[in-house]
Amino acid sequence: MTGIRLTKPWRDLDAAAIAALPGQLGVFEVGDAEGGTLELGFAGGRSRFGLRSAIAEAAAKHDAAASFRYEVTMQYWSRFEELLAVYLADHGELPPGNADRGDRRVGRIAAAGG
Amino acid sequence: MDFELSPEQKLILETVRRFVREEILPLEADLDPDASELPPHHRERLVSMTKELGFYGLDIPEEYGGPGIDLVTRTLMAFEMAQHRAGLYAPCYGVFGGAGLAQLYEADDDQKERYLYPVLRGEKRGFFALTEPSGGSDPARAIRTTAVRDGDDWILDGEKTFISGADRADFGIVFARTDPELGRKGITCFLVDTDMPGFRVRRIVHTLRSTHYAAELEFNRVRVPGRNVLGEVNQGFAIANDRLSRNRIPYAAGCVGVALKAQEMAIAYAKTRKTFGDYLSTRQAVQWMIVDNEIDLRTARALTLEAAARADAGKPFRTEAAICKLVASEGASRVVDRAMQIHGGYGMTKDLPLERWYRELRIRRVGEGPNEIQRLIVARDVIGGSFH
Repeated sequence: MTGIRLTKPWRDLDAAAIAALPGQLGVFEVGDAEGGTLELGFAGGRSRFGLRSAIAEAAAKHDAAASFRYEVTMQYWSRFEELLAVYLADHGELPPGNADRGDRRVGRIAAAGG
Repeated sequence: MDFELSPEQKLILETVRRFVREEILPLEADLDPDASELPPHHRERLVSMTKELGFYGLDIPEEYGGPGIDLVTRTLMAFEMAQHRAGLYAPCYGVFGGAGLAQLYEADDDQKERYLYPVLRGEKRGFFALTEPSGGSDPARAIRTTAVRDGDDWILDGEKTFISGADRADFGIVFARTDPELGRKGITCFLVDTDMPGFRVRRIVHTLRSTHYAAELEFNRVRVPGRNVLGEVNQGFAIANDRLSRNRIPYAAGCVGVALKAQEMAIAYAKTRKTFGDYLSTRQAVQWMIVDNEIDLRTARALTLEAAARADAGKPFRTEAAICKLVASEGASRVVDRAMQIHGGYGMTKDLPLERWYRELRIRRVGEGPNEIQRLIVARDVIGGSFH
């Protein structure tokens, strides 16, 4: 098994879809209308309404945000870091919403699989 | 054994306690409950403070610039440094600095220039790769990764698993079999750069620890220069074993630290929470949980300090290190479990650190050698004989 991508179906980003999201912890991806990734993120233990509020907050930062997908997981930190590493391996750079990492390294992981 | 603190130790511990209370806990209140890193600007500020206090690089030998603190004092500090949410695996979020990889102090001068000093300067990161899919408890026999000589170089082939930090590292300390006939005496330790062709981080292994994940590694004809053999050929297991015994003492100390905090929380909650018209602390069922906690805590604390004192005195401490590791990891697990029970529903939430300690302490009974192996070590030392 290799680096695992987020393969859940994309959903259109609208108020009804956001309101229907679970309040659980997990990871997510916000995309544009062309299928590009704008930001990878996670809903952690301090998020007010879990994925529902975390996705809404991340989408609000991107004018081009048009879609999203998510995965419920308690291991949201390591899964988030894994998604960043796989994205970096696939694209050679991070999504625009994740570009500012300061001096925190993103892991190098095999790009195959998924 | 007399553990009356010296005036200097009292001053050090009070300083560390105040640092945790005044610097770490307020920051932690705003971090994600599973976070193991501070925002960079806070980290830099706190590292400056620990350097000013003379406490930076606690585990670095004095001749390499460390503060030269004895292991008993270091253990007492570890009890304090662990008393916050991230404290078990990231005491004070690393702002007291790390020692790097202890094996590098055994390196030759050229290797120290290329690996040890860059690590101490914060320029390079390394990982330690011993465990393989074939097993971690008996590494000397389970190591199937091979290294075959090819001219002046070695060619490594194999896999490693449950390796922390490998995906962000510049190099690794990797153990491979160099003589299949010699068992534990046929293992050699190599310094492997992660940009070498054939090295691959195959996947992240998600565990109960949300932030500190492990990784699976693949070595596919990785060419390692002969000058990257750490120590002597076929003597690598001694390097691994030395590290394993010594590490068990601070490993136990971290368990004691979070358990001390859990007990403090349990007592405070029991004295303020009322049920059926009176405080929980008046209920015998709760009192006994707190008493059992205290017994577990005092036992683990004393045994951990005993192991540290023997190591400081230059006496053999393998048995004591094994005992303190297993008693502290099992005792602390029980303490946190009881503290959660006393807190009821709140104990299960991410509002409190108990649920994180509960998850992470479970790993402590397996990490640094499972507790069954610790019992084997003690059995061998007190009864005699070999592992079976």
